[in-house]
Amino acid sequence: MGAIYRREIGAFFSSSIAYVFLAVFYVITGFFFAMDNLAAGSANLSSVFSTMFMICIFLVPILTMRLFSEEKKQKTEQGLLTAPVSLTSIVLGKYFAALTMLLIGVSIVFIYGVILSIFGTVAWMTLISNYLAILLVGGAFIAVGLFISSLTENQLGAAVGGIVCLLLFFLVDTLAARVSVPWLQELLYYLSFYSRYYEFTCGIFNLSSVLFFISTTVLFNFFTVRVFEKRRWS
Amino acid sequence: MIEVRNLTKHYGDKKAVDNISFTVENGEILGFLGPNGAGKSTTMNMLTGYISSTSGQALINGVDVLEDPIRAKSFIGYLPEIPPLYLDMTVKSYLNFVFDLKRCKLPRRSHMKDVMTLCKIKEVENRLIKNLSKGYKQRVGVAQALIGNPPVLILDEPTVGLDPKQIIEIRTLIKRLGKNHTVILSSHILSEIQAVCDRVVIINKGVIAADDTASHLSEQVTTDHRVIARIEGEKAEILQALRAIEGTKYVRADMEREKGIWEFEIEAEPGRDIRRDINAVAREHEWNILMLKNMEMTLEDIFLKITMGEQLGIGKEDTK
Repeated sequence: MGAIYRREIGAFFSSSIAYVFLAVFYVITGFFFAMDNLAAGSANLSSVFSTMFMICIFLVPILTMRLFSEEKKQKTEQGLLTAPVSLTSIVLGKYFAALTMLLIGVSIVFIYGVILSIFGTVAWMTLISNYLAILLVGGAFIAVGLFISSLTENQLGAAVGGIVCLLLFFLVDTLAARVSVPWLQELLYYLSFYSRYYEFTCGIFNLSSVLFFISTTVLFNFFTVRVFEKRRWS
Repeated sequence: MIEVRNLTKHYGDKKAVDNISFTVENGEILGFLGPNGAGKSTTMNMLTGYISSTSGQALINGVDVLEDPIRAKSFIGYLPEIPPLYLDMTVKSYLNFVFDLKRCKLPRRSHMKDVMTLCKIKEVENRLIKNLSKGYKQRVGVAQALIGNPPVLILDEPTVGLDPKQIIEIRTLIKRLGKNHTVILSSHILSEIQAVCDRVVIINKGVIAADDTASHLSEQVTTDHRVIARIEGEKAEILQALRAIEGTKYVRADMEREKGIWEFEIEAEPGRDIRRDINAVAREHEWNILMLKNMEMTLEDIFLKITMGEQLGIGKEDTK
């Protein structure tokens, strides 16, 4: 797992993906930070955090798109799959590499926090809980993106598929509001990533949501392992 | 060392590999010979645990590849048909990655140096793999298989796409490796297998057609009775004279290669060496023989010969 993790981190930085990801991440969050906090004179970072959710929908698939699709296309997966390592550790190595990139991106909020603390008081506990929340959501997104990347050998297909899939998780909310069947509505709300995440930006640290995001992550990583398992046995 | 028992692989209705069994002893170089699509790669992929078998068993060092894949894989260095190279890495960082991936316990620096020296890639260690020539890429592929010094090496068509000089280099390398590794090597070129391997398994359409020592196989496929000759003279006269040689079964005039020089395909009865007779005829008529060589037996001929057990006619019109 360590070898794959280190290789992927290296590959992120030797290709342009890491720089594009971080640059776009910083520019957009920086814009909202400048507008809603600095210009508006507010110490409440919740608008930065709600923007991050949307950024993740579009940027996480970019991060995960080539992780498996490129291996398949370049036939390098044969090297991984015939090496004395388990499928789980291959998947997790790649998962944690992408998560590390996300971590580097999201950690910018601590710099925003420090800047704000010059002008006023910052609710550090809220900031930290928001920070953990975006990592949990982003972590689940990465697992979904990784799964989609394992299904195709086309990077672009994996990226578009990932974005569409994550947008669906986001749109479930809007759909739920229009559904009149109570149990279905409840189910859709239960599945909604955004309403769960929104709670966090309001400062509510809901343990069931934490579990929801972690189980989504585990589930999709498990699916990815199954994709390879199934291909081997087909 | 390697034991394959009744290994079978189906893709849907198609049987890619059908109930094959063979064993490879310690320190043996086994050649896996077959035309494209015969099931060579499929068999190798099953041995290395890349794909599963439909039925049957593959044991590496006594460990079943399906039951304990990680341990079985740790005995194997594998060079797939397309080397699994990350093009945007340097040779050195790639091999370091493989070293970590295989959880190699050997001293890193000296092992890395040994492998790179053996494969003659030390001078390109800091270059990106995508900028290397095909020959270097192939050698990096062999190097990654060697990392960790696995007792078994499985090489799928290691010389395909290389130029003649590189082919000789890779063959020499494999021969040297065969001294302290068990090697399985696949190819669709007969002469390559003969040059390198102790033993040959011929596979065709998913079944084993022959399993024999290389020298015994070459005896079986000698072609002294089938020759190509270029003779200077009058075409019709030569044809007539050649046909008059005792024991010839078939003579065919090919094209005029140079002015006044004709090429003939001559087949005699099996086991009869007619080269001297051709010379005698030429001397008698004062023709010049400008070339005389045995016809190469193609892989297809060998399959037919081995599977059908029959002697083949030469100069089949469809081979031209």
